[in-house]
Amino acid sequence: MAVKTLTINGEQYSAQEGESILSVARQHHIPIPTLCHLEGLSTVGACRLCVVQVEGSPKLLPACTTKVEEGMVVTTSNTKLDKYRRMIVALLASEGNHVCAVCVANNHCELQDLAYQVGLVRVRYPYLYPDKKLDATHKEYVMDHNRCVLCTRCVRVCDEVEGAHVWDVAGRGINCEIVSGLNDNWGNSQTCTECGKCVMVCPTGALFEKGVTVSEMEKKKGFLKYIITARQKKEWVSISND
Amino acid sequence: MSDTIIKPKVATVWLGGCSGCHMSFLDLDERLLELADKIQLVFSPIADVKVFPQDVDITLVEGAVTNDENEEMAHTIRKNSRYVLSFGDCATTGNVTAMRNRFTEKELIDRSYRELSDICNSVPNDFTLIAKLREQATPLHHVIRVDAFLHGCPPTPDEIWFAMNELLQGRIPIFNTQFLRYG
Repeated sequence: MAVKTLTINGEQYSAQEGESILSVARQHHIPIPTLCHLEGLSTVGACRLCVVQVEGSPKLLPACTTKVEEGMVVTTSNTKLDKYRRMIVALLASEGNHVCAVCVANNHCELQDLAYQVGLVRVRYPYLYPDKKLDATHKEYVMDHNRCVLCTRCVRVCDEVEGAHVWDVAGRGINCEIVSGLNDNWGNSQTCTECGKCVMVCPTGALFEKGVTVSEMEKKKGFLKYIITARQKKEWVSISND
Repeated sequence: MSDTIIKPKVATVWLGGCSGCHMSFLDLDERLLELADKIQLVFSPIADVKVFPQDVDITLVEGAVTNDENEEMAHTIRKNSRYVLSFGDCATTGNVTAMRNRFTEKELIDRSYRELSDICNSVPNDFTLIAKLREQATPLHHVIRVDAFLHGCPPTPDEIWFAMNELLQGRIPIFNTQFLRYG
């Protein structure tokens, strides 16, 4: 496979053809915030947090879906990018009902971590307080749409890894939401295997195990690497939950 | 302690919150004595002062702006204070206080005064005695300009100590790295 040479933040790096900017950045410990991206799942470029500046492009490009090209000049952080990322997190915070103090995922939440990472000191936008539902019909788990950021990790892990495709996306714009089955209660699902993969990959407290209370829901994502490596390389790696 | 030195005037205000932030303030423990030497507390839920004074240097505001009285107070605070600090998550994000925002005022009043009441089946209507709820509880900075934000539910005594010391030295405390946290 051909090798491509590119510049990231003034430093030269080489990458394999077909690799994403994000993948190269991660290998070299260049921080780029992400939310919808999760190693082991397909890439959708939905959250836009990983946007980077590429010389010659009038638009900011998502690092997760943009492939490296020979001679590419990439900037991963500057005043403009930092501002946009802060705006994205602020918009996510304002369009849901995120109340950290009473959330099952408090202190174990990727949205919370992102707020710190981008330096979100306060939200200037009016909070929308949408009237979202909570689905507790499943015997093991709960889906609280109030805390959902529509990253679609649950949809992808269920379809691509578990092969059940219980989850999907319905509605558009502000009415967009995750649905189970054909927009039925989760508890009525004939396809759900109760594996809990969706719960573990969910970045916030939207999907959680029944019985946990404030700050108790820790997501363990190690299984994903374990399964993917086993499938692709026929190797059984030890599960780590870093 | 010397009375000849003019100490900065500090106020703390309790709007729509649970008073947890003030409890955390009291958890400064022995540091309160050190603070008492440095400041003049001119208004606070723990001091019996009825009217928010003029020319306050630093005001810490706990809680979201949830009723008419809070809103009026917020404007008075801004007018009379040099630095205003959003004190804790309710003032900064609305937090638990704002969880009522998806319900109408009527639903809230009915729930609190009728459905959950055994004996008294009437709702308040004299708003000279009880503050009228605003349509929505909002963070303080959606109502007035705020100079700094102290996060946490509640902020820890260490965070409060840091903020107070920065403000007393005339600096706006910056929390983005060291103390930025929600919940």
